[in-house]
Amino acid sequence: MDFLKKLFGSANDGSRAKAKNRLQIVLMHDRTDISPELLDSLRGEIIGVLTKYMEIDTEKIEINLDNDEHEVALIANVPVVRIKRGKVDVNKV
Amino acid sequence: MARVIVTTSGKGGVGKTTSTANIAAALARFGKKVVAVDADVGLRNLDVIMGLENRVVYNFIDVIEKTCKLNQALVKDKRVPGLYLLPAAQTRTKDAVNPEQMIALCEELKPEFDFILLDCPAGIEGGFKNAAAGADEALVVTTPEIPSVRDADRIIGMLESMGKSPIRLIINRLRPNMVQDGDMLAKDDILDVLSIDLIGVVPEDENVIRSTNNGEPMTMSLESPAALAYLNIAERLLGRDVPLMDLESYATRSFWSKIKRIFTGKKK
Repeated sequence: MDFLKKLFGSANDGSRAKAKNRLQIVLMHDRTDISPELLDSLRGEIIGVLTKYMEIDTEKIEINLDNDEHEVALIANVPVVRIKRGKVDVNKV
Repeated sequence: MARVIVTTSGKGGVGKTTSTANIAAALARFGKKVVAVDADVGLRNLDVIMGLENRVVYNFIDVIEKTCKLNQALVKDKRVPGLYLLPAAQTRTKDAVNPEQMIALCEELKPEFDFILLDCPAGIEGGFKNAAAGADEALVVTTPEIPSVRDADRIIGMLESMGKSPIRLIINRLRPNMVQDGDMLAKDDILDVLSIDLIGVVPEDENVIRSTNNGEPMTMSLESPAALAYLNIAERLLGRDVPLMDLESYATRSFWSKIKRIFTGKKK
C-alpha cells in the first residue's frame, strides 16, 4: 500500500496548505511595509515624546521594523543620557 | 438615484470585465436600469465582452470634453431592457481624465439609473484612482491564487482609505475539485486572510470563454454554473439573502483523481 501512496501522492501533500501559509506570510509583510518617509515621521514624533521625559542621544537612535518569518516588530534602540527629574509638564512640548 | 459600484482587483486577468458585464446584465434582468461604464481608457474591452462593439460611436471622454451629449454616448443593449454601456476611449490614455471629471460624470448618470457599474483597469495608479473616485461601493475580484489575493489585499486597503463602503469580495474561477483534492485555496482560506465580506463565489466555467466569443453575457441566457453564480451576486446586491451555491456538486472528477482517492483513502 505504501508504494501506491507514494505513487499517487499522500492525501496531505496538496499545495493548498502551502499556498495559504505563503499567502499569510506575504500579507503580513505587505501590511507592515513602511515607507522611509513614514518611518522618518514616526521617528521624529517618538523623539519628541521621549525628550519630554529624558535627555537622549538623538544621533544614535535606531528605529526600525524588524521582520522575521512569523512576526514584525518595531525595534527602537534609544541611548538615554539622563532622566528629567521633577514634575514634567506634559502639555508643554 | 443610482448606486455607484466599482469592480476592481489590482491584478489583471482575474475577471473584472466579465464580472461587470454579467452582474450588469443580471441586474437589468431583475428590472433595474443599469449602466456599465468602461473606465479602462486606452484598453477598452467591456464593449466586446457585452457584444456591443459595433454600436459604439462616442465614449465617455467625449462626454467629459463635451464633444457629444451623454445620451449620444450611451449604447442601449437591445437584448435586455434597461441595460446600457458607456464605452471608454480606445485611442486616449488614462491621463485624459481626472478623478473630479469621473465624479462629475457619475453625478450626471445618477438620476437616470438604478445602478452604475464602473469597470476599473488593473493596477493601482491613475486609472484605478479615477474609476474608484466616482464610486460609493466596491466589488473586489480575486482568483484563488497567491498573486491575485495579495493584490486584492492591497486594493482593499486603498479602497478603505478612500472611504468606500461596503467593499465586498468575489472569488472567481474557483475549481471545486481542486479544492477538494487539497490543491487550491478554498473560499474560507481566502476569507481568513482578507478581512472582507464575501458576495459570491464563481466556479471556473468553460462557458465564460464561449460567452466572450459570442459577445453575450452568460446571465442573459443562464445556462451555466458561472451564470447562476453571477445572478446570485446580483440578487445579493439587491439585498436579497441568497445562499451560496453548492459548488461541490460541480466538482467534476477526472479518472486519475478518482483512482488517487481510492488509494489514498480520502473520502469525498
